[in-house]
Amino acid sequence: METRRDIFQAIADPTRRAILLLLASHAMTPNALAEEFNSSRQAVSKHIQILSECELVKQEQKGREIYYHINADQMKEIDKWVEQFRKIWETRFNQLDKVLLTIKKEKK
Amino acid sequence: MNDLLFDFTLDKSKKTAFINREFDAELSLVWDAFTKKEILDQWWAPKPWSSKTKAMNFEPGGRRFYAMVSPEGMERWSIQKYTSISPKTNFKFLNAFADENENPDLPGSDWDISFSEEKGKTKVSVAIYNESLERMEKMIEMGFKEGFTMTMNYLEELLTTLSKR
Repeated sequence: METRRDIFQAIADPTRRAILLLLASHAMTPNALAEEFNSSRQAVSKHIQILSECELVKQEQKGREIYYHINADQMKEIDKWVEQFRKIWETRFNQLDKVLLTIKKEKK
Repeated sequence: MNDLLFDFTLDKSKKTAFINREFDAELSLVWDAFTKKEILDQWWAPKPWSSKTKAMNFEPGGRRFYAMVSPEGMERWSIQKYTSISPKTNFKFLNAFADENENPDLPGSDWDISFSEEKGKTKVSVAIYNESLERMEKMIEMGFKEGFTMTMNYLEELLTTLSKR
């Protein structure tokens, strides 16, 4: 599927991954985003453009400012959110298994 | 790997995520692992993240104020305010993201955790309710954030595999 390949290419870049990571916590203006990186606003907006083209990022006009949001629906296409969430619990509980085992051994 | 029960379901109509898991340990030990900060911090954060509990008083009306710390040292704070505790059976809390000064970002999500023991194994059932689907999405987004490193490692592997074809 062509769209899918585009998404994968979009997130193959470390800066774009960092942008997604930031936007996952809250919406940001282009200037605020540029300040997070040691690069020009143009460079950041180029990355944003690529992310927007594959709909990973949406923009919203609020007064005079543009805010970028992460597009949750589209992120599902990469690696299903729910699967990710499930994975966290799986990892968390596998860690707990180890902790419980250690405590049981100490008690003996 | 082990053959202990693990299931995870996300019921959008009930706005609730359900997680059931069995542990090969007696109930009192598993209860401690969920209710004592020294043990909680050892497993709560999926690696490479770590969990740091700044304050915790496990009693009705009490709270746990803790951070998920990324490998780069970024802290994501949350407050879990205990609303009900039935020792070794169940406890409930209201979970909210917060800033480092313990100001909650409300509304949060309602967590309900039940424990039962059978034949030396302990079953834990977690239900996480969000009052709006939007919150649910946000919670999943945050979950995504915590799992971001993992996802990216997975994706990089996948990309490498794909590019070798």
